[in-house]
Amino acid sequence: MLYDIKLAIDYTYAAPSDHTRNLLRLMPLDIPGVQRVSARLLDADPRPDERRDYQDFFGNPTTSVAWHAPIEAVSLTLRARVERHPRPRLLDLSPGLAQLRADVTDVHSLGPEAPHHFLGASPRIMPDPEITAFARAQITPAMTALQAVLALGHALFTEMRFDPEATTVDTTPHEAFAARHGVCQDFTHVMIAGLRGLGIPAGYVSGFLRTFPPPGQPRLEGADAMHAWVRAWVGPENGWIEFDPTNDQPAGVDYITVAVGRDYSDVAPVRGVLRSSGGHQSQQAVDVVPLDAAG
Amino acid sequence: MAKAAQPLDGADLFADYRVTPGVSDELFDAHGQMRPVWQRFVARFARLNPQEIAARFERGNQYLRDAGVFYRQYTNDPLQEREWPLSHIPVILHESEWDQICAGLAQRADLLEAVMADLYGPGRLVSDGHLPAELVAGSRQWLRPMVGVPPRDGHYLHFLAFEIGRSPDGSWLVLGDRTQAPSGAGFALENRMATGRIFPERFPRAHIHRLAGFFGAFRTAMEGLAQGVGGHDRMAGILTPGPSNDTYYEHTYIARYLGMMLLEGEDLLVENGQAMVRTIEGPQPLGVLWRRIDAAFADPLELESNSQIGTPGLMEAVRQGNLSLVNALGSGILETRAMLAFLPKIAQVLTGQKLTLPNIATWWCGGQTERAYVQDNAARMMIGSAYACDLPFDLGATTALGGTFRGTARDSIADWLQAEGPQLVGQEAVTLSTTPAWVLYPEAELSEGRVLPRPMTVRVFAARTPQGWTFMKGGYARIGRGGDATALAMQRGGSVADVWIVSDRPVPQETLAPADRGDFRRASPGTLPARAADNLFWLGRYVERTEDAIRLIRAYHLRLAATDNPNDPRLRSLTGFLQGYGYDLDQPVPDALLERIEAARSCAGKVRDRFSTDGWAALGDLARTARAMTRTARPGDDTARAMSVLVRKITGFSGLVHENMYRFSGWRFLSFGRALERADALAALLATFADPQAPTGSLDLAVEVADSVITHQRRYRVETSRDTVIDLLALDADNPRAILFQVQSLRRLAGALPNALDNGRLAALSRALVPLESALSIADPSDITTERLVEIRAQISAISDLLAAAYLR
Repeated sequence: MLYDIKLAIDYTYAAPSDHTRNLLRLMPLDIPGVQRVSARLLDADPRPDERRDYQDFFGNPTTSVAWHAPIEAVSLTLRARVERHPRPRLLDLSPGLAQLRADVTDVHSLGPEAPHHFLGASPRIMPDPEITAFARAQITPAMTALQAVLALGHALFTEMRFDPEATTVDTTPHEAFAARHGVCQDFTHVMIAGLRGLGIPAGYVSGFLRTFPPPGQPRLEGADAMHAWVRAWVGPENGWIEFDPTNDQPAGVDYITVAVGRDYSDVAPVRGVLRSSGGHQSQQAVDVVPLDAAG
Repeated sequence: MAKAAQPLDGADLFADYRVTPGVSDELFDAHGQMRPVWQRFVARFARLNPQEIAARFERGNQYLRDAGVFYRQYTNDPLQEREWPLSHIPVILHESEWDQICAGLAQRADLLEAVMADLYGPGRLVSDGHLPAELVAGSRQWLRPMVGVPPRDGHYLHFLAFEIGRSPDGSWLVLGDRTQAPSGAGFALENRMATGRIFPERFPRAHIHRLAGFFGAFRTAMEGLAQGVGGHDRMAGILTPGPSNDTYYEHTYIARYLGMMLLEGEDLLVENGQAMVRTIEGPQPLGVLWRRIDAAFADPLELESNSQIGTPGLMEAVRQGNLSLVNALGSGILETRAMLAFLPKIAQVLTGQKLTLPNIATWWCGGQTERAYVQDNAARMMIGSAYACDLPFDLGATTALGGTFRGTARDSIADWLQAEGPQLVGQEAVTLSTTPAWVLYPEAELSEGRVLPRPMTVRVFAARTPQGWTFMKGGYARIGRGGDATALAMQRGGSVADVWIVSDRPVPQETLAPADRGDFRRASPGTLPARAADNLFWLGRYVERTEDAIRLIRAYHLRLAATDNPNDPRLRSLTGFLQGYGYDLDQPVPDALLERIEAARSCAGKVRDRFSTDGWAALGDLARTARAMTRTARPGDDTARAMSVLVRKITGFSGLVHENMYRFSGWRFLSFGRALERADALAALLATFADPQAPTGSLDLAVEVADSVITHQRRYRVETSRDTVIDLLALDADNPRAILFQVQSLRRLAGALPNALDNGRLAALSRALVPLESALSIADPSDITTERLVEIRAQISAISDLLAAAYLR
């Protein structure tokens, strides 16, 4: 499926600040065999005094921008053309959870795909006994790791209510789970916490969801802003799989990946937004339009 | 069998010194013979009578107090400090033994550098199976943005410390590596200064290796690291978390000692990949930072996003190869406890050699065999977090010791190890050596003590120079509180001691001063960071504001005593005037006054590297005295007397600062703050008390508060009138308590600041001051109406904003 993506983010600062420096993770990722980016263009207005594009540890395209003089507002616009390939139906070759632990240990690597980065605490996800207990209650000893991922994802979709007003970008997974509500970020954080509690390496994916579904299908939650979902490592055979707990489905051809990391802090679309001096306001608009006639 | 000391002259002091069987001792060897390196010291010490000992120890304590050596306590009050816990008897080691230790540690330092280079480079230790990936990936000290970023000068590690102890068999053992931001080197210096006061004789002094050579070599190495492309000099600084850190005193001390700038994260900015210091002369390029903050907090943009002490973009400056850090960001990973389980093997893999100095035996409980071993030997283990970075004896992360849990109750060690094995390490609960310490009888005076053996560890410092690792010939010993030489005795709360490395022959007397090259080199005082200037400016303002308030409160209570009538019109107008500044006169010592004093102390606390310790002590004295008065002062005469005491103390501070402070930029900002505040306070005072509507007696009150009663009598020889008072307190160029006098000071100070001229014209600050000065110079008292005074206050406020815009950000 070929998509044209447009994203606009506007920030307005209450008090202008000099030497504003941001780290942007907005440009879709090239993933061989899964996602091909044929064009991507990221603009900032006013034009930054410094700009550098590089890949971060996890391979995400990262843009560092800085303005030397005080600025009051910033507009970021992204245009990209991305082809997302359908993934073949997954054959479950994943081990049980006990074997998965041994499989993780056998990976002698610190590379970005190594499961070790995704097991312990990360900046935004602490081990959480309540979420772990909930996750344990959803699985049986006979389940494979992949089945456990699907079971937990489905259970959270059923248990938690999607509510765009109830949480903020700073809400912890513990709070979101206790109140059983949130947006895609909260669903994703809670599910990651649960999977790690079970010993399944799990990370965060940020990206886009096609704005309008194919005819006859409902519009998905999270399509009007950047979206988030979960990736989990289910053994050496199946490797990393992706699941969207907000919509209770594997992340398929309707999903476009921007960045992957341990949690939101690794993939935040804009880092370095000043919170201290008087706060800021932001607006986001996303358009993800399929180009194929079939829709 | 316990061994008593060999008989000596006056050996009473050592009569109770009994070495515990199975424990090594620094004073006595395994055969009960006093080690030769101690003999001359002990012979001299034992000749002292208790009063002489007490007097000497007190000299050391007095030095530390005078120097302001304190240790910060973590409490709600960020400025709460406690005295430095010096154990007065040094630890003495022979240079030959020290050289052996340092040779072993140099090998270890090279190993740590190699491990660091691998963990942030190819990662072969993990891929070849010598180090579990989860120990690295699971640690918050391993900083992903640093992966693949080589250090600018080719080395990750430049300044290290090692905590070592002596085993029962007499050999030395590494208890932990300090690679993140090792503290203690400055304290080692202070301990040395203090023991110099206690034992000033030529022997032992001539035979003890000095510490200055080490610092000199390190400073030279840092100056080399700071150089930019083509050998251009760039600045070198020390990056501190700020005054609430427990070792902040050390940061200020070492900054003064090395003559380096003490910087906080907000002093820095990054522009085009170059780290810069915000100074009063604009941003200046920085080449090297001796980092005393944990790396994860150094850059909120790429590392811990909630860090309040970091600099956005610092990581970018490192990535672009424009900034050296001592040590590189991410070096904390080497402090991970579990690392000690793997380093001995890694040494053999990487270098083909065994570590000559072993580290404390450590087992990572992620492995089946190791877990079983730790479980079976739990009775002689410390078990705690594999990821913790504390030293073994800090016990912060140790939850089980000797087979029993500390604090939190758990069911069984076996279950715990089974459930959380990969997160845990077991470490041998080693027994340390003991060393002589002066121990008082309970509740006794300093003279009523005796020498007893106490467990100790020694911290050794290493710095990288172009010629290789160099070691401080001396160190910093921690002394346990109790006689028990096992782990528990070394919990926080012991004392610290100097470490003497002694030679058989007199040693070279190095100093930090540059070697005599025949020419006299005057070091430039260096440029002033904008934040330091800001704090000095506000220190000046707060001190003046406080003094002004004290005088007003005194005036109130003097009149209260005279009239005994709070409804007297003059008292009412004073009450209203002070209320406008937040002072509640129902309290003899108003809370707002204590707050002003604390505000001044807080500013001073942030620039302690820039003015004298006497000044700092004077401010502390003022705060303590004022707090004590809240409990005792009664309204009227008593409070008036109390305020007189405070006036003398605060002017004592001002005197210390202004008499002794070098007339450089820092002093100018402090003075600017003071003059600005005084000019404003005088204008406010006159606007109220010289107003035609003010109650009778107000003019006298104004003259009294402005400390100008005698001058007024001399100059005018008449009763006060509005004209005489305005003339004296607003328009007199010779009265320090006149607006004009202070505005003239401001204009002179502004002219001496950097960039006072802008393309040959006066800069904005001076352009605002000159017309005010001229207007006051030619005004008649009748021109200075109340409205004009209000206007002058607005002009002064604008001048403050202009100063801030030009220099303080």
